[in-house]
Order: sequence, then structure tokens, then C-alpha cells
Amino acid sequence: MFAEYSASELTSIFAMQGFAGLILFSVFVLMALGLAIIFGQMGVINMAHGEFMILGAYVTYIISNLFADYLPSIYGSYFFLAMIVAFFVTAALGAFVEWAMIRHLYHRPLDTLLATWGLSLILQQLYRTVFGAREVGVTLPDWLMGSYPVTDMVEVPVNGLFVMGLTIVITVGVALMMQKSRLGKQTRAVVQNRPMAAAVGINTEKVDRMTFALGCGIAGIAGSAFTMIGSTGPTSGQLYIVDTFLVVVFGGASSLLGTVASAFTISQAQSTMEFFLSGSMAKVLTLLFVVGILMLRPQGLFTLKVRH
Amino acid sequence: MNKFADFIARNQYSHMIILAVLLLVILPLSMDIFRLNLVGKYLTYAFVALGLVLCWGYGGILSLGQGVFFGLGGYCMAMFLKLEASSPENTAIQSTPGIPDFMDWNQLTELPWFWEPFHSFGFTLFAVIAVPAVFAFIIAVAMFKRRVGGVYFAIITQAVAAILTILIIGQQGYTGGVNGITDLRTLHGWDIRTDEAKYILYYINALLLFLALFVAAFVIKSKLGRLLVAMRESEERVRFSGYDVSGFKIFIFCLAAAISAVGGAMFTLQVGFMSPTFVGIVPSIEMVIFCALGGRLSILGAVYGTLLVNWAKTSFSESFPELWLFAMGALFIGVVMAFPNGLAGVYQRYIEPLLLKMSKKDDSPSAPTPAAKDASSDKADTSEETLTSEERKHA
Repeated sequence: MFAEYSASELTSIFAMQGFAGLILFSVFVLMALGLAIIFGQMGVINMAHGEFMILGAYVTYIISNLFADYLPSIYGSYFFLAMIVAFFVTAALGAFVEWAMIRHLYHRPLDTLLATWGLSLILQQLYRTVFGAREVGVTLPDWLMGSYPVTDMVEVPVNGLFVMGLTIVITVGVALMMQKSRLGKQTRAVVQNRPMAAAVGINTEKVDRMTFALGCGIAGIAGSAFTMIGSTGPTSGQLYIVDTFLVVVFGGASSLLGTVASAFTISQAQSTMEFFLSGSMAKVLTLLFVVGILMLRPQGLFTLKVRH
Repeated sequence: MNKFADFIARNQYSHMIILAVLLLVILPLSMDIFRLNLVGKYLTYAFVALGLVLCWGYGGILSLGQGVFFGLGGYCMAMFLKLEASSPENTAIQSTPGIPDFMDWNQLTELPWFWEPFHSFGFTLFAVIAVPAVFAFIIAVAMFKRRVGGVYFAIITQAVAAILTILIIGQQGYTGGVNGITDLRTLHGWDIRTDEAKYILYYINALLLFLALFVAAFVIKSKLGRLLVAMRESEERVRFSGYDVSGFKIFIFCLAAAISAVGGAMFTLQVGFMSPTFVGIVPSIEMVIFCALGGRLSILGAVYGTLLVNWAKTSFSESFPELWLFAMGALFIGVVMAFPNGLAGVYQRYIEPLLLKMSKKDDSPSAPTPAAKDASSDKADTSEETLTSEERKHA
């Protein structure tokens, strides 16, 4: 299948597809980070995670429209405000959902899955009622338009670069927070030994709620970044949810490094194969590959060594 | 009235008989053929819900990919019917007569090898059961031998559903793509589209459902059923008692797959087409709610749950399509949060004691003997017990 391309063409193809894969990688990582915190740390399956992400995207859409209407002079900077608002809105919804629903179901993980699926259906229909069934998109500010030529045949779009930079910043931020901050330490303590954590005075219920809200908030940021590279519809979140779960499980549920590594593997495999095969076959092969590996190594690529 | 209450509450076959009267007499007499055909379609989903009662309710294995097995069964049947519908005489206008129309549109010039055996009806009937069962066996062996379970299993089955859907849609020339296999006409020359054929198929479907119900009841009553409950509650203890846990799990998963596949095949026969919309993640999870609403521990509940959800879906989407997803979402959340044992749990907790009370008033001398009471409330006891022990375990 490589025969009809010359060597330099092949290099550019791999570079371009690799770059396209990196954008997919960014979306996966941003979505999977929140999920990895919620699933990996709390063991909760949040099927509505995609809808939390889309909420962030809609918040960004609203704020970009507000800027366009009232503050056109500083439109270029709307994104930073939008990202912060998206984080807090989704985190607030997350905290509410945890309080109303999830905390009653901690001992029944399979039931959480069904309940959050119900939540995702409700949110989808809510988006459809409020924003309409058609996909909406934001107008990118000027400084995110265009592309940056690397060689004659390879050029990289600026918005893609920006999303990737954002992904790195957020990933590092989350990793630092889990390692260094008080909340991160408390979360890890609760994961490793809940009764003992409670015994030393950690309010485990509060930690649960904060962790869930944090995971949802990161999904909101992911949604915000998602508007840079694609348009948003009521069901956009559902398209990614299975892939993201596979990313988290494949990486080893409680390891952030694993999540990043598996997101990289899956996205690169998919986008490179997409060029040579049809899109659907690339996806099938990637998923089969992941499922196959998981059958051989169910605990995922990276595991946390904890005695239970 | 009191005698009737007595019969329902004490006779262990009464619920099955009531369902039989409902499905075989009341519904066919009270509905026109269009509505009855719809009920027949819903009942094919009840096969899937029944399979889920076995593997999720009793075995504790939540599969979010049961649509895969429903779809495989349906596709096997559809392939046979399609081959019959595309005989060389019927397809003379195609550039390659004798192959299904969608293959011709996709420039295929001969029948793919895996379509060949489906010329034979005997092989098709065998394949309807065997293909999904073997597929389930492969998944189950790979997962359960390595002691993967719980949410991991749920995610993987979901991925399998996604893979199969994408594959079917992508390989249009071999599978009919997103439209599925349509325009099915005859079974051995017998037109399946007439009203008479629809009545006959409805009855065949209902009888097969009862057969499946009896198999399920038998499995639950047997030692295997007891072991499944034991494994769901404490897998390690069963393993340390010397049982091969994975073997039982594999068996129950394959059985659930085979039952779902029968439903799929009957779906194709009654509705006249099969498409990937019944294979993917969304229909697979919807089928779980049929089972959850009816009561995950009740085989009859699965049938009622399926009928109720689908009836609601049809009537809602006729009048308020935009409200349906809200209702469905609320149903998921409500059932899980408030009624984890579904309608069957409500029945056992509130209605059955009422019936017992009514019948007791009637003839106090023949108060329920311990044995009779035991037989009638057997199911209620186990379900109550399992839930409390589940909660106790985690408390």
C-alpha cells in the first residue's frame, strides 16, 4: 500500500497524519483526563461525560456570541474567559449531580452507569431544545486562523497548535494538582484507603464531591477547546464517549501517565491508518487492537500498585 | 374475586398463565394486525431483556452489547431471506443477476463466500443460534478466564457493539451498509408480508418466547442458578469452594446471547428488514432499561418491562417526540435510584401481600401452609435477600 508514494511524500503524509492525530490526541486527553479522575479515582462510570464536555462547548459558544455583540474590540480574548466560565459551570453541574445522584450509588457501580446514561439522554434533549438540533460553531479570532508552513508540503494549522499547547498546560496542571495540592493528596488518600482516610480526619464525602466536580470541570474545558477544531451539536459528546472510556481503561484506570500514553497510541494509530484505509476500517482496526490488548492485559498499560 | 387473588398469590404458575392469556388471547383479539405486529416486534426485544435477567440480574454480568447478538441473529435470518428474494429471475435487471441488489450497486460480481451457506434454511436456523453463541463464547472466554468483570466488561462489550456497527456500516457491499438488509419477501415461497403470515409469525414468536422463559426458569431453579447468585454476591468464596467460576459465567453469557439471537431472527421475520440501528450502543443500553424496569431478577418482569417501555416510546413519539428522551432519561434514573428491583420488586413488596391478605380473609381455615407460601414467595424472598445482602456488603 506504500508502493505508489515516493519517500518524501510518505514522510509528509506521516507528518500531516501525525499532526492530525495529535489534534485527536488532544481531544482524547482532555476528555479522558476528567474521566480518568472520576473513573480511576472514584470507580464511577460517568456516561454523561460527553454531555458535560458539550456543555462546556455551548458555554464557549454563548460567551463568544456575547463578545461579538457587546465587546467586539477585544473579541480575540473571549476564549480565556469562556474557558474559565466553562470550567465553573460544568463543575457546578457536576457537584450537583454528585449530590443528587452519584453519592447514593457508590456501592453499585453498574447502576451508576445506567443512571448517568439517563442523565446524558436528558442533557442531550435539553441542548436540542435550547440550542436547536443543528450544530453550532464559534467564529475563531484572527490570531487562531491560518496555518504555519513547516516545509513545502507540510503545514500545521494554528488552532490545532493552540489546542495542543492548551492540552499540555492542562495535563501538567492536573498532574501537579493530583500530586501536590491538598485536594489531590486527599483524593489519593481516599482512593487508597477510604476508612483510614476518614479516620485521620478527611471529609471523604466532600472529597468525593470535589473530585467529581473537578473531573466534570475538566470536561468543560475540553468542550471549550473542542469548539476550536469542530462544531458542536447535541449528540457530539456521545460520539467520543466509548473511545474515551477505552482510552482510560487501556491506559490503566488510575494512572494519568497511562491515560496520556494510551490516548497517544490510539489517536496516532487511528489517524495514520485513516489515510491508507477507509475511515471506518481504521476505526475498527484501532478498536479491535485496543480490545485485543485489553483481553491480554486487563489492568491496562500502567497500573497503580496498591495493596487492597 | 378472592379466589382469583388466591390463585394469583399461591399458584406458582399463575403469573406465567396470566402472561400467556394476555399474549396469546387478549392482545390478538383486541388489536388490529398493525398493532399486533408492533407488539410482536416488542416481544422480540423481550428475548434480549430475558437474556439480561439471566446474565445481569442473576449472574451480575452487565453486558452493554446485547444488541450485537440480537443483530447477529437477525442478520443470519435476513441473509437467508435476502438470498431467496434475489433469485436470478427476480434480479434479472441487475448487471449480475442472482446476487442481492445492494451488492450489485456496490460493483460486486459474485456472492461473497460467507453468504454461500445461507442458501440453506437448515444451516440458517443453526447459524441463528450458533454464530452469536460462538461469538459470545470467544468474548466470554477471553474476559472471564482472566477474571475481568464488572464495569470493565461493560465497557468492552460496548466497544464490541461499536466495532460491529462501524464494520457493518463501512462494508456496504457485503452487509447492506447503513440501510441494512431490506426488501425481504418470502420464506420458502411463503409470503411473510401478508396479514395471515403476520398472525402466524406473531404466534410462533410468542411460543418461542415462552420456550425461552421456561428455559430461563429452569436455569434459575437449578443448581446453576443458585451458583450464579452466589458468584454475584461473592465470587471469591465460590472460587475457593472449588467451583470453576469462569465456566459458569461463560455458559450464562452464551445462553443470554443465544436467546437474544432468537429474538433477532424473529424480528427480521416479522418486521421484514434488519439494519445496524439495532446493533449499536444506544439500542443495547435501551434493552438494559427494558430489563431494569421489569425487574432484573424477574423473567416475566422482563417481558412486561419491554412491552411497557416500547408502548410508551411509540405513543410518546407519536404525540410529543421531543419529550421522549426526557422521559427515557428520567426512567433510567428513577428505576436505578428508587426501584432497583423494578416493577417485579414493587409487585412483590406491595401487591402480593395485598393479594395474600385478600385470599386469607376468604377462607381462614385453609390458611397458607408453610410449603405453599414458600413456593409462591420464593422469588420475592430471594430478591429481597440479595438486595439487602448487597447493601450489607458495601455498608
